Amino acid sequence: MDIEHLAKLARLKLTDAEKEKFSNQMGTIIEYIEKLGELDTKNVEPTANVLGLSNVFREDVVTEPLTNQVPINDSPAHSKGHYEVPKII
Amino acid sequence: MHRTTITQARELLHSKKLSSVQLTEAVFARIDAVEDKVKAYAHLMREKALEQAKDADVKIAKGEELPLLGVPIALKDLICTQGSRTTCASKILDQFVAPYNAMVVNQLNAAGAVIVGKTNMDEFAMGSSNENSSQHPTMNPWALDRVPGGSSGGSAAAVAAHECIAALGSDTGGSIRQPAAFCGVTGLKPTYGRVSRFGLVAFASSLDQIGPITKSVADAATLLNVIGGKDIQDSTSANVPLPDFTQALNQDVKGMKLGIPKEYFTGGMQPEVEKAVQEGIRTLESLGMQTVEVSLPHLDYAVAAYYIIACAEASTNLSRYDGVKYGYRSSKSDNLVNMYENTREEGFGEEVKRRIILGTFVLSSGYYDAYYLKGQQVRTLIKQDFENALEKCDVIAAPVTPYPAFKIGEKMDDPLQMYLADIYTISANLAGIPAMSIPCGFVGGENLPVGLQLMGKHFDEESLIAVGHKFQQATHFHTQQAPV
Repeated sequence: MDIEHLAKLARLKLTDAEKEKFSNQMGTIIEYIEKLGELDTKNVEPTANVLGLSNVFREDVVTEPLTNQVPINDSPAHSKGHYEVPKII
Repeated sequence: MHRTTITQARELLHSKKLSSVQLTEAVFARIDAVEDKVKAYAHLMREKALEQAKDADVKIAKGEELPLLGVPIALKDLICTQGSRTTCASKILDQFVAPYNAMVVNQLNAAGAVIVGKTNMDEFAMGSSNENSSQHPTMNPWALDRVPGGSSGGSAAAVAAHECIAALGSDTGGSIRQPAAFCGVTGLKPTYGRVSRFGLVAFASSLDQIGPITKSVADAATLLNVIGGKDIQDSTSANVPLPDFTQALNQDVKGMKLGIPKEYFTGGMQPEVEKAVQEGIRTLESLGMQTVEVSLPHLDYAVAAYYIIACAEASTNLSRYDGVKYGYRSSKSDNLVNMYENTREEGFGEEVKRRIILGTFVLSSGYYDAYYLKGQQVRTLIKQDFENALEKCDVIAAPVTPYPAFKIGEKMDDPLQMYLADIYTISANLAGIPAMSIPCGFVGGENLPVGLQLMGKHFDEESLIAVGHKFQQATHFHTQQAPV
């Protein structure tokens, strides 16, 4: 398991100590979950939702939404009604 | 006064022997007396609670009848409360104030409840001991050097220490039932879809469910009446009739079939715990229930399937914490990508990172079929096991945990051992069925509580409530008081 690659995918910047610790622990955990390989699941449908729900529709009724400013106020950095982020390009 | 159940509190309030302000003040006095030792709360909502209590007293004086009018209730700190912090016991949400209430909070408000505060938990509900809180661990009111369980350990400890009359928790793999068992209180995980998850901060969306943690089964029924029901804001909440669960308290259990799953009794439990569970089953037999042996053959695979599915869902759900929209942002960054990385590195605790990494792995290119898809297929097998078993019986009886509350720090270095502690509770989440933990005994020199688990068919919480209530009428384990 390539911890650095996974950390990059997950946008986590792990410390060297964390990388080493997680590598060892993941090894044990992966070995444990591989026991699922003992089961023959060739014709078994996967379960994503236990109630078997697929699309759920509701009436398209106009309600009073939150204003844009309400969620933006929760942002750690915002100005003039917009999110602020570090330079991208 | 703080020791009352919801049922008792309602009688006192409605007969005007006690006001909601008096009861709420008594609960806060109790919190002031024991919270230093127990640390059940993440933060309190004292002023607001007293306002709600005053409003409740006005309504009581007018003769209004609401199911929780004036009753102090605590909420696990991943249930959004408008205007008060919702931290999930994580640094990344330390200062987060939700712009809206969770559906269950609106339902509690409509039922007249007084919200005391938000209880401590394992960060983002990931853990079985409450040691993963970014604030502080919570102590077990029965033995202060032991964990209260998790992840709803704060809610269970608050109920056991009478720092509230009842509480809400959430259960993804046992997070209501395991702490309820460790703390000697009643915990009910409803059927997946019974209670709206709107405003519940997501951990694993296909498994998470909100439920009551209470001093009695009767109280759990009262709370479930309030929080159950279809909600258009949560497309996974089920459109099924909502019965009056308190009616099930009058139901007779004579002749009902109690399934005993043989795979749960193969020597994995501490002998004293097994004895208490077996005695609980004998008690149910003495009440007229008929035991039948059932089989849940895929029990041994539940923990593996669970950690694949739960971590996969968590890794995607927690991608929303990016330092942009809400919560914490690292100040150490000069571009967008390292702002994400630094924010998440500094904001998340160790267990959360471990699960994000595991979830990212099982979903990553080349491994998806071998792990994630396989996990979902095994989930189908486990669900079928329960469907088959519940054709032969009305309710399944099982242990909740292999052992009583363990010592703080005892399992922190070995995540796999911590995950395996959830072996008896995880299957109910994978199958989506309702499950309840009720106190059934005490073990060891420290008199630590043990839980008996009852599991039922989809949307048949009524049978669990009927059986659990009859058990509590015949026993006194649930009325024992924690020494704190």
